[in-house]
Amino acid sequence: MTFKSKLGGALLAAVMSTTALQGAFAADDTIKIGVLHSLSGTMAISETTLKDVMLMLVAEQNKKGGVLGKKLEAVVVDPASDWPLFAEKARQLISKDKVAAVFGCWTSSSRKSVLPVFEELNSILFYPVQYEGEESSRNIFYTGAAPNQQAIPAVDYLAKEEGVKRWVLAGTDYVYPQTTNKILKAYLMSKGVAESDIMVNYTPFGHSDWQTIVSDIKKFGSAGKKTAVVSTINGDANVPFYKELGNQGIKAEDIPVVAFSVGEEELAGLDTKPLVGHLAAWNYFQSVDADVNAEFIKEWHAFTKNDKRVTNDPMEAAYIGFNAWVKAVEAAGTTNTDAVLDSIIGVSVPNLSGGTSTVMPNHHITKPVLIGEIQADGQFDIVQETAPVVGDEWSDYLPDSKNLISDWRKPMSCGNFNVASGKCGGKGS
Amino acid sequence: MTSKVPFRVLQSLGLLLCLMFSFAAPSFAQQTDPRPMIDALSKADFGEAEKLIGQLAATGDARLVPALNAFSEGDLYFRKSDNLVFIGKAAGSNYELIDPVTGASAGQAAKNAVTKIKINNSLRRVIRSAMGGLTLLSPDRGVRLQAADAVLRSPSAENLELLETAISKEADREVKARMEEARAVSLLSSDRSIDEKRAAIATIKNYGGRNAIGILMGASASLDPSLKADVDAAIASIESGQRLWDIGQNVWYGVSLGSVLLLAAIGLAITFGVMGIINMAHGEMVMLGAYSTFVVQQLIRDNAPGLFDWSLAIALPVAFLVTGAVGFVIERGVIRFLYGRPLETLLATWGVSLILQQTIRSIFGPTNQEVGNPSWMSGSFPVGGMTITWNRMWIIAFSLSIFVALLVVMKKSSFGLNMRAVTQNRRMASSMGIKTPWVDAFTFALGSGIAGIAGVALSQIDNVSPNLGQSYIIDSFMVVVFGGVGNLWGTLVGALSLGVLNKFLEPSVGAVLGKILVLVLIILFIQKRPRGLFALKGRAVEA
Repeated sequence: MTFKSKLGGALLAAVMSTTALQGAFAADDTIKIGVLHSLSGTMAISETTLKDVMLMLVAEQNKKGGVLGKKLEAVVVDPASDWPLFAEKARQLISKDKVAAVFGCWTSSSRKSVLPVFEELNSILFYPVQYEGEESSRNIFYTGAAPNQQAIPAVDYLAKEEGVKRWVLAGTDYVYPQTTNKILKAYLMSKGVAESDIMVNYTPFGHSDWQTIVSDIKKFGSAGKKTAVVSTINGDANVPFYKELGNQGIKAEDIPVVAFSVGEEELAGLDTKPLVGHLAAWNYFQSVDADVNAEFIKEWHAFTKNDKRVTNDPMEAAYIGFNAWVKAVEAAGTTNTDAVLDSIIGVSVPNLSGGTSTVMPNHHITKPVLIGEIQADGQFDIVQETAPVVGDEWSDYLPDSKNLISDWRKPMSCGNFNVASGKCGGKGS
Repeated sequence: MTSKVPFRVLQSLGLLLCLMFSFAAPSFAQQTDPRPMIDALSKADFGEAEKLIGQLAATGDARLVPALNAFSEGDLYFRKSDNLVFIGKAAGSNYELIDPVTGASAGQAAKNAVTKIKINNSLRRVIRSAMGGLTLLSPDRGVRLQAADAVLRSPSAENLELLETAISKEADREVKARMEEARAVSLLSSDRSIDEKRAAIATIKNYGGRNAIGILMGASASLDPSLKADVDAAIASIESGQRLWDIGQNVWYGVSLGSVLLLAAIGLAITFGVMGIINMAHGEMVMLGAYSTFVVQQLIRDNAPGLFDWSLAIALPVAFLVTGAVGFVIERGVIRFLYGRPLETLLATWGVSLILQQTIRSIFGPTNQEVGNPSWMSGSFPVGGMTITWNRMWIIAFSLSIFVALLVVMKKSSFGLNMRAVTQNRRMASSMGIKTPWVDAFTFALGSGIAGIAGVALSQIDNVSPNLGQSYIIDSFMVVVFGGVGNLWGTLVGALSLGVLNKFLEPSVGAVLGKILVLVLIILFIQKRPRGLFALKGRAVEA
């Protein structure tokens, strides 16, 4: 999600990649999987956690006897928050290390960078982060939330439970917020919200001076209608944003903020007392009351040897993706890409919110949407949970994609089937 | 209760009366036992809970305030064994249970024996309004003021009569005025006469500010059409008054942004401006200062929590010494071999910055660290139609005092004299017996130390993460180059004017385009005046 244009990013990458962890050479009786997460650079803040989760999942699976009677071996590489390097490292994992599948990427830019590599070399990527949709690839499984699994239910909640009539769509200036806000705006207008009741605002990456924008929000909110902020502000800029909200005295009861990029991990750097009541929408919160979640948190604390480490939504997505892959490989009896691509569709595995998630033919998964309110201890109190929602890759609210569907089952095997023209091959990839 | 009557017939008649009396009880509010209503919260969903709070508020029983307060804070629990509701206070691994009505202790319970009663924003609003109603007649002036505020923020026609009673009893002028405003707001949504509403609109107009506009706009849809002209006139009058304040507010934001730029750049004004070293590791010095604050706060939290409000004052010298020492080592270890070779210096300091970043990442981890705001740096206060946040105000004061202190050191101290001598004419200074290498080292250490104490201030408004420095390095160079290399006053004026310019562009073109425009303007400006706003003149330029 994050991209910071940094002076000499390439230099950074070059320095860091020499120190990157390299997988050891393995014997033939193991199955290798790739872990492609940034361990240095700006994205390390989010991605290092996912690397740890993958290592934990592999260790757990090996304790259970591995897969197909073989031990799993994680090959960890460091693409150093550098998008072209993601493609290079992906190529190395597939061609040189011969991994059976890759788990990785965080930002959409990194995913777009590796997508052609996975299609060319016919391998599998599990992508564990919420994203803007409008994409479907034969070789990628999107286990994070599509906009309809996060943004739209959150807006519905605010409209219904809080009676919100006026909307501020605030985001960082890049593809995920832009697309999500486009979808949200179309959605809100389809529900009868006037255009003058929607304010869209973008800020640069790492924006730290929120005084003007917060006071604009205050101004926009004093039109006598209940106002809410829908925030797609990216990780790093959130701390100063929330601090400014707190200091200018905007309380959740007056103007609630619902965020799509703020989870337990982001709140760890914040004093959350002034933020109590602001909301976030995810498919998982650490506070979910389920046995499987308690078990997972216990394992996580044991694995990291730190009982303060929080769990978050992308971790759950990684957990679901990994287990779905294991189940599909066991069903297919091989790690061969084509066989696994066939066997994985329809696979159901437990998710951490106490239900099950199923891999759908559009390479997205089903999962419930949870709305949580921030608590004083940095955790979320779940105020609403929906029934499982199927991820919708092509949004129904954008004119370009409303006729497109994706179904990777034979004989259709198409990521962008146009239901109006009856042909495969519309806009998008 | 009626058994004093000796005759059986009368006795049963009395019993009947007593029953009727208890059915009619809500009108005799104080006699109702609120406990069953509170206990019903254990099984209520959000909608039912809202009704229950309404009923609790209708009892007018001030004993309920602690329970409602606890509910809105998320401290209300019910015991799983008997569904009774208590206020819970964490006590080790258990909860201390407190009776919600009497406030008496009800023993302890294990964490898994009780369940928290869920609360959301709309419930918090209802509670706020209910509590406002219940505490309007409190003997404590502060509580009454808070109550009037609460009613003002979530007005309801039901509170109207209560407000009028409270106003008639109120002696304090400020509280009374606030109550009058609350009454006016509540009156708009009631079914009172048009004249009363017209008077209420005038009261709200006098109250002024953004809130008043919001209240009037919100109410205008449901008001009688004949009042529309009054509402529009009131809104127009408030807005015209607000316009000047808005400009003032914008200037304030600009100065505040400028002070942050000044903080970030002032250390660089020494290492780059005075010494001419292209110091790419400057941002990391800011970051080290912020991490020093974090470590100091951690130590204070663990050892002397009472000192927390002093944590920043303690962190200042620590940060200065830590980053000054690191700067000293960098100068002695790397930079002194590279004087006169700007390109190599750039690459070397860039390398140093990466090493520092990754070191911090390895020690503290890549995630943000929580640096708390002392109480005197939280919140805001109104100045006319402006809102001034405390943290911004302190940061402005802080950056200006650093600037003055640095100016004094440069102009008045013998170290400052040596420093200026060395940078103006190294060979002459050396001939006069000044140990130039040591002056270089201490000047660089001073610049780094100043960056470090800037980090203490910036930790209050930004993320404390290994990437903190990167976000300031470009801005810092921009300010120093724009202000004029080698001139502290240039850095001050440059920072403030860039801040104000940015804040005036932002509302009209947006934050993203605003930033780009500022950069374009600086490029154009540098074309015209290559040496910046305050160019050094004379022989010093050639040295």
